[in-house]
This record gives sequence, C-alpha cells and structure tokens, in this order.
Amino acid sequence: MTDLRSLRSDFPILSRSINGHPLVYLDSAATTQKPVAVLDAMEAYYRTSNANVHRGAHTLAAEATELYEGARSKVARFIGADPAQTVFTRGTTTAINHIAYGWGLDRLKQGDRILVTIAEHHANIVPWQIIARHTGAELVYLELTDDYTVDIGELESVIDDRIKIVSFSGMSNVTGALGPIDVLSQAARSVDALVVLDAAQLVPHQPVDVNQIDVDFLAFSSHKMLGPTGIGAMWGKPERLEEMEPTEGGGEMINIVERHTSTWAPVPHKFEAGTPPIAEAVGFGAAVDYLDAIGMDVIAAHERDLTTYALEKLSEIPDLRVYGPKDATKRGGAVSFELADIHAHDIATILDQDGIAVRAGHHCARPLMKYLGVPATARASFYLYNVPEEVDALAEGLLKARQIFGLS
Amino acid sequence: MSQLDELYREVILDHYRNPRKRGTLNGAHVHAEGNNPSCGDEFSIDVAIEDGKITDAAMQGQGCSISQASGSMMMDAIIGKSLAEVSDLTTKFKTMMTIEEGENPVDPDRPGSVLGDLEALQGVRKFPVRIKCADLAWATLSDALEQAEKAS
Ligand SMILES: Cc1ncc(COP(=O)(O)O)c(C=O)c1O
Repeated sequence: MTDLRSLRSDFPILSRSINGHPLVYLDSAATTQKPVAVLDAMEAYYRTSNANVHRGAHTLAAEATELYEGARSKVARFIGADPAQTVFTRGTTTAINHIAYGWGLDRLKQGDRILVTIAEHHANIVPWQIIARHTGAELVYLELTDDYTVDIGELESVIDDRIKIVSFSGMSNVTGALGPIDVLSQAARSVDALVVLDAAQLVPHQPVDVNQIDVDFLAFSSHKMLGPTGIGAMWGKPERLEEMEPTEGGGEMINIVERHTSTWAPVPHKFEAGTPPIAEAVGFGAAVDYLDAIGMDVIAAHERDLTTYALEKLSEIPDLRVYGPKDATKRGGAVSFELADIHAHDIATILDQDGIAVRAGHHCARPLMKYLGVPATARASFYLYNVPEEVDALAEGLLKARQIFGLS
Repeated sequence: MSQLDELYREVILDHYRNPRKRGTLNGAHVHAEGNNPSCGDEFSIDVAIEDGKITDAAMQGQGCSISQASGSMMMDAIIGKSLAEVSDLTTKFKTMMTIEEGENPVDPDRPGSVLGDLEALQGVRKFPVRIKCADLAWATLSDALEQAEKAS
C-alpha cells in the first residue's frame, strides 16, 4: 500500500482525541480535514495582504488581486483548464445552480428533458427540478445495475431529441461508484445535449483533465479536497460560458452600468458578483498545491488499496451489506453499508464513542435511498491521510455495535 | 454502566425490535406525521379519542432505535389515558429529555415510578444530537392532539 502515513502530521486535527480515543476520521466524503499549509496560507493572507480585489490602486489591493487570481490559475491548472474558463463559486451546489438557471432557464421548454441518474446528490437533482418546474421540461432518471453502477443499457431507449441536458456525478458520494463519463457524454453528443459533470467526489480523489473528457461543465468543491468551505469551482467550455447568463448581479460582474441596463464583465468575472471569498480562494489554491505535490495518481492508488482492504474487512462482519461496487477499479473510497437491523444512526453513535467518525443518513441522496429500499446507510469514506489501522478500528467498532444490539 | 449501555438499554432494544401497536386505525381517528429531515427518521400516528380519553392509537415509521422505541413506549404510555394525563406525561417526558441537569422529574430511587419504561430513555440525555430522535414521536403526538382539539 502506498504509504502516506507521514502526511498525517500535516493535519493538526488528526491528533485530537474524541471521547478518550484518537480520532479516526472516516467522513471525508462529507468534508475533508485541512493541512497546515492551507491554514497558514489563509492566515498569512489576512495578516499581510488583506484587501478587496479588483478595485483600488493601492498595494494591498494589488497583492490581494494577485493572490486571488493566482489561486484561480492553480485550481485551473489542477484540472488542465484555462483560468479564463474557471469560475469561483460557493461550491458544487452553487455551480450547478448557476448552470441550471443561467443556461437552462432560457433554453428549455415544454417537452424537453433533463437526464440525470438515480445516484445523484440533491445538489444535482433539486436545481433541475426547479428549472423543470419553471420551463415545463421533464426530469428523467437512469437507474443502476446490480453492481450499483449506472445502467448504461437503458441509454438507447432514453436518449432521443427531447434530451437537452445530461447531468451526472463522476463518483457517487453514496455507493462510491465511478460515473461512466465517456459513455454518457457520447450519448449526450448524439442528440446535441449539454453535458454537466458533478465532480464533487471525483476531482478530490482522481486525476481529472478537462481535455481528456468531453463535458461542457464541471463542478467541484474546495472543502472536499483539503481546502476551506465557502468556495468551489465551475469550469465550462468557453462558448458555453459565453452564452450562459449570469444568475447574480452586482459589483465585480459588470462592465458598464447605466440606469436601466448593464453589460457584463468577461468570463469568469461575469459569474462572480460581489466581493468573493478571497481568503478561501487562497486556501483552495494552497490545497491544490498540496495535492499536486503528492500527485493525484498516488492519492488515487492509496485510496484504491485502502478501499480494497476495507471491503475485505467489512465482508468478514456478519450481516453487513455494502451498497456499492465490489470491484475497487469501478469505485472510489466512499463505502456505504448496512449492518443487520442496526440503524445507521445507532452505528454512528456507537462508533463515535470510540472516536470513529462516520456519516449516517440519506447522504443528501434520498431518491437513491428509496431506490435501494433503505431508510439510511452508514458511510465510511477515505482520503489520503487514512491508514489501514483505521479500517481495523472501524471493523472492531462494528463488531461492538453487534454486541450492544445483542447480536453475537 | 457505560454511556452506550445506558443509551441502548434492553427495554429500548426490545421496543425497537418488537414495536407495540404498529399499524393504522380503522375507526374514527386523527392522523399526524413527523420527520427529522436531517437524519431521515419518520413517524406517523393514528389516535382515536372518545370523551376526552385516548381509546386507541397506532404508529408507523422508520428510523433509529431511539426514535422507534420512543414511539413504541409512548403507545404503551398513552392508550387508555385522559387527555389531561397525556398532557402531563408529555411535559414530564420533555423535561426528562432536556439536557439541563436538575430538572429531571424522574425519581432515581424508585426507577419507573414516574414515567415507567420511558425512563429508560434518560440515557439519551448524554447524547445531545440524539435527543431529537427521542422527541419525534412526542412532537407528532402533539400535532395529532392539536388537530383533534381544532376539530372538536
Ligand atoms: C456528489 C456530490 N455532489 C454535490 C455535492 C455538494 O457539494 P457542496 O455541498 O460542497 O456544494 C456533494 C457534497 O456532499 C457531493 O458529494
């Protein structure tokens, strides 16, 4: 297994104890912990360079602008993109809302269809529901196969001229399954539909290059990749970003403002109304520097090994059912499971007593939960700082949960 | 007893696995539904009321052991009681479940004497994020009783 153990000391929170036990943080799919490099970059910005960006001619304003735009360049480079097509947003959710409102609202009409999958996060469902309601378009779903991957066999019967947008996740935050990016984008292209990739779980965990995939938009969140909350990115093809309307008006996003009309600033600023989260951008930039220095392929390999180990350990626990692909090459490190008749919240509470943090609930994917026929699952998710002993601790904690619930 | 053993007392697990009065009512009744959107616990209740008394009740729901056991225990506690008694019980239960120490109406020397089986839920106080699980059934009951009052 790729040993990234020495990195753990870069993450101050990992030395905490919780309920008298060392923290075992297995909830990185919800949000990740932050290395000192990120914390320091944000603090240094506030201590030495704080000013508003893109306004004012003084030295600090210039420094802040340089740091903010520098962060944009780093984030863009991280996904092989041009900074001019890389928009800072509040996160994945905001990015998808921008696309739904800014691109979809004016173009969709009665009879049109938006295609998503049943495995989507609410962030990639609810904005489309709203746009569908406004425009009369219809939201349609692809379902899953037995191994919890998207059922591409259904595509032939679903794909037709009515489909205008295909939006799906690159990696499910519940099943961990990788999205069939090439198959879905090709299918979308055959009917000239827009392709939107929810990369909230993909970009943090696998190398992604926008030149290697055929999507129109891609969205991800800083806080799921070692950076701060409150910022994320939306990348778009230049012509798509040009034709897309801004969804928020205000300062920074304008060119000229008259009494009754305005013209927009060029992309990406057109989509960044108001004072942006500058320190957060700086932290986001430091996070991608940190990931880059290790290498995304190294991180992906580490997680694959850890996930393989976890799936093996979990399979030894009686009455435990994993909801996700068994094949580690088809998935990332978010592992959802159910244990006998013990509800996920009870599992999470019992594990927490031993300092183990897992997520329990519907994981913002209620349609998927209904589809799987479970009220909730527990989810352990891994990142570069996790080690096999933490998987062992999880397995032990689950055996303890069985005991408490009177199952030997 | 460890905090976990206190949380997951045997009687709680028994109510969780063998909920009393699961189902729906046929005759005249009021119906209310509740859920905790953050965790997905769901609970619904049918309550039949005659002459100021709860003559029957039934529950449905899904969720963690605490939410479902609390509902099941509530069934045992309210059926056959007058509305005034149920209101008193609800107040006592809510007080028992608040985190502030010193307000607990339960008599530690005579376990079960004030709230019966429901006292087993005291262990939840040590797990503040779980208190809303225990409260769900009771909040849903209050909704149902409010409806009944409006209808009468
Ligand atoms: C697959 C997926 N999409 C979208 C989101 C939403 O991300 P954010 O809350 O950062 O906007 C998440 C985060 O939970 C996610 O896992």
